[in-house]
Amino acid sequence: MAHGPATLADGWRAYISRWVFTTNHKDIGTLYLWFSFAMFLMGGAFAMVIRAELFQPGMQLIRPEFFNQMTTMHGLVMVFGAIMPAFVGLANWMIPLMIGAPDMALPRMNNLSFWILPFAFAILTSTLFMEGGGPNFGWTFYAPLSTTYAPESVNFFIFAIHIMGASSIMGSINIIATVMNMRAPGMTYMKMPLFVWTWVITAFLLVAVMPVLAGAVTMMLMDINFGTSFFDAAGGGDPVLFQHVFWFFGHPEVYIIILPAFGVVSQIIPTFSRKPLFGYSSMVYATAAIAFLSFVVWAHHMFTVGMPIAGELYFMYATMLIAVPTGVKVFNWITTMYKGSLTFETPMLFSIAFVILFTFGGFTGLMLSIAAADMQYHDTYFVVAHFHYVMVAGAVFSGTAAIYYWLPKWCGKMYNETMGQVQFWVAFIGFNIAFMPQHFLGLAGMPRRYADYGLQFADWNMVSSIGAFIYGGAQIMLLYNVIATIRNGKPTTEEKTWEGAEGLEWTVPSPAPYHTFAKPPEFK
Amino acid sequence: MSADASNRRVVVKSLFGAAGMFAFAIFILPPMYDLFCEITGLGGKTGDAYTAVDVRVDTSREVRVRFVASNNASMPWIFKPEKDSVVVHPGEPTEITYFAHNITDEDMVSQAIPSLVPNNVADYFHKTECFCFENQPLAAGDQADLKLIFIIDPDLPEGVNSVTLSYTIFDITDRAADPIAQL
Amino acid sequence: MLKRAQALFLSLLSLVVLLPIAGSALAESPASQLNMPQGVTEVSQAAYDIHMIMIWVCTVIGVGVFGFMFYVMYAHRKSRGAVAENFHEHLGVELLWTIVPTIILIVMAFPATTALLKVYDTDNPDIEIKITGYQWKWQYEYLGEGVKFMSELRTSDDEVYGREPKGEHYLREVTEPLVLPVGKKIRFLVTGNDVIHSWWVPDFGVKRDAVPGLFTAGWAKTDKPGTYVGECTELCGQGHAFMPVVVEVKEQAEYDAWLANKKAEAVEYASTIGKEWTAEELMAKGEGVYLQSCAGCHQADGGGIPGVFPAIKGSPIALGPQIGHIAVLIDGVPGSAMQSFADQLSEVNIAAVIHYQRNAWGNDVGDVTQPIDVLNYKQSK
Repeated sequence: MAHGPATLADGWRAYISRWVFTTNHKDIGTLYLWFSFAMFLMGGAFAMVIRAELFQPGMQLIRPEFFNQMTTMHGLVMVFGAIMPAFVGLANWMIPLMIGAPDMALPRMNNLSFWILPFAFAILTSTLFMEGGGPNFGWTFYAPLSTTYAPESVNFFIFAIHIMGASSIMGSINIIATVMNMRAPGMTYMKMPLFVWTWVITAFLLVAVMPVLAGAVTMMLMDINFGTSFFDAAGGGDPVLFQHVFWFFGHPEVYIIILPAFGVVSQIIPTFSRKPLFGYSSMVYATAAIAFLSFVVWAHHMFTVGMPIAGELYFMYATMLIAVPTGVKVFNWITTMYKGSLTFETPMLFSIAFVILFTFGGFTGLMLSIAAADMQYHDTYFVVAHFHYVMVAGAVFSGTAAIYYWLPKWCGKMYNETMGQVQFWVAFIGFNIAFMPQHFLGLAGMPRRYADYGLQFADWNMVSSIGAFIYGGAQIMLLYNVIATIRNGKPTTEEKTWEGAEGLEWTVPSPAPYHTFAKPPEFK
Repeated sequence: MSADASNRRVVVKSLFGAAGMFAFAIFILPPMYDLFCEITGLGGKTGDAYTAVDVRVDTSREVRVRFVASNNASMPWIFKPEKDSVVVHPGEPTEITYFAHNITDEDMVSQAIPSLVPNNVADYFHKTECFCFENQPLAAGDQADLKLIFIIDPDLPEGVNSVTLSYTIFDITDRAADPIAQL
Repeated sequence: MLKRAQALFLSLLSLVVLLPIAGSALAESPASQLNMPQGVTEVSQAAYDIHMIMIWVCTVIGVGVFGFMFYVMYAHRKSRGAVAENFHEHLGVELLWTIVPTIILIVMAFPATTALLKVYDTDNPDIEIKITGYQWKWQYEYLGEGVKFMSELRTSDDEVYGREPKGEHYLREVTEPLVLPVGKKIRFLVTGNDVIHSWWVPDFGVKRDAVPGLFTAGWAKTDKPGTYVGECTELCGQGHAFMPVVVEVKEQAEYDAWLANKKAEAVEYASTIGKEWTAEELMAKGEGVYLQSCAGCHQADGGGIPGVFPAIKGSPIALGPQIGHIAVLIDGVPGSAMQSFADQLSEVNIAAVIHYQRNAWGNDVGDVTQPIDVLNYKQSK
């Protein structure tokens, strides 16, 4: 074999060039994963500031103006900086290994789509230090708060969103091309691992809706700087139009976040059940159905905006329907476990927690779909609790499961099972202490994005903050576990790390060599 | 077909798709939304000028129309309807004026934006003449009576007995002077 | 050491048991509330009923699904010698769990639709009230009555920033609440002045977005007099958490008296404009107005926030000609957060706050701004 990748032993210059100019899918996957983890910690730090301020009623640490910047940046960084790149990283690492491809289809574009991301987030973060502060209008940036009344830095925010969008679109095109053109002989579409399936569908969603987001921020840019009035009632526009455009992007976006998580869990549960995934084809169809429905339900985020009743009814019925394919998935996962031979290693624990917590979030989602009740839930902590149950328990728990599951394959070292399980329990308990009380807060009447609150909300806010700190600590433990594994983990060379694991990624040695499947494998 | 060629096809198709969605968001969604609003009365937006057709006046029915005036942020004019409400029969044209007074020492241009509650009756609320169809300039210190003639459609759904029509005036002086914004 | 599966099971069990215990312990303090309020109107009752239906449906499904899952996790562990079977599809079951949820949803759609129709039943109101959201306060206008006023937070900055102990009604008190009579159907017409706000009173089940240029309607009719507190629920800037809604529902006679008094006040207030005010009176009144309406941005010491809100202390406007100062308050500064106060503050209050700004914190213009000057400015044009 030719010269391998540069290591530190070749000098730091060569080492840095390797990472900057790499077109290797494993390197780029690694870059994505570390970058997203850094963003995860940053977004988490913002969350800690929020929860610390909300620990008690009154303003103790920061001013309301800065509080709004924190909630906005927390949302933006977590969605666009942590969760999405994390799954792109997993896709980069695992899709070629799973379908028996030597690399991604478009390696140079792959490099570009990663390396513009740090610039986007450098721009976004730098707005916090600008005069007038960073974005303070919520991650949903409703006009006119984000146009006429926005801080100066809004133009940088728009620019950063454009770059993130370009990165996501390039990443998605790459995944689509890879899956369509690079599968090993014998790997038909209906034999692909479910993770690959969910990612292809996600990639199509991304190509369809990231441009809509780009359109929304472009219209904002023109309203702010060129005097147009897309969202300004005075000039014949309409602030509500912004919400329609945003949620036309925004609703598919939340499925973009959750579908790859479904994929991860659909890989892990069969492994530790030692039994094939139940209802593979219905899983594929359910995923496609969810993706389709995501385009026709957007206005359920806007039940209080004053739509005609016919519109409300339509969006309510359509939203309720989503429960059907989602339910199919949950039933499939549980039936996969039924009559299996179960063991509960850390990835399995996180996956089971995913199923439980995500289903719980699904229940509250079903409640939110009922328009009449949503008049009471809307924009309260009930909604905050709901989307953290589906987003955090969905994306972060499954992402953590994926890390433990594939870490031995990535670095050829085994993590410490006790440490993994301890981290799981701290995360699981911390998460529930943080977010379960937020349901009660919301039902009792606490609106979201509140820098301060009345005394009747004090108890549960304190509980929630304590839970959030515990959950934050769990992420530090995860970082420790990963680094400890890479440095001192027990070396493993087994191809098949897990007894029940199936798939092409478990036919290559551990750690996976720099180049795999140069010759396409035979897939039965 | 080689792998490179088929990759290129995927890239080109996807980029076309992405560009199409971008164009869709900017050029199709806003007009589509306006159309949608007009059809459903979403947001209580009333339609454009209506040409009166010879309709029967349904004297058996009475509908109370209430008038509301609002000033948007930093709009200093005095703006109010001449009366709070009128009771009309469907089919009968009714005239009402809003009083506007530019109390500043600058020439200004305003635009009134209508909104109708309940908003699903917007389809049945016809305006044959309205100051909201055009922007309204007023020189410093000037006042004006702005005219509105409306007809409530006799097909107004049963059970709707009270309608509230509100106008919010916005200051569009800068915009009216800006040629780009006129596009 | 416990076996892993047992540990998992026990921990989950303890979580399920401990959470309600923790919950009930907290619920004993009267301030804490766990569930949606039933409220005092048909709409809030309808929302509560459908909410409870959904909770029970979800609970039953949840107990079934999770119960089965925990059973599987217990019974089919490898450590108990379970051997994996190999089945991976079953058309019948898969159809069943697609069709049954669909039927459940269709059944639930009926009460959900009925409840929504109730929310939209805004016709034939007895009283109409226009509600306008401002950054960061509410304006209430009784249509056809000639009564309109601003309602802003009464809690002081000192309480918020911990310089004083927090009162019982912390962030739940306003300068002037919305007053409604019992037994009358009220239609709320909600709109926004600057950005989008949202007017919410949980006990009425009314939450309507306040969008500039757009009116949305909600309604309430209640037989229970009392004080009901709500919130702004759409992010509207830094004062988002500081613009509560307080509604007082009174018996008809009390309401009539209140309204008559309000109308008389408006007449009387008009007459105070002609009065000659002394510098001391203006200074005292102006300080109150300043802290209420200006200090949120420009700060109590007039120092502003550098780069965000300009200082008034030492500012050329406050030290310059009186007419320019009046113009800023009446016309606002287009394109900035400084809005027009012409509608929000009376001439007397504008005169007082201008006098205060020109003569406080070391500003020493020394002139006296009379309400008539403000009125003249408004009318001279």
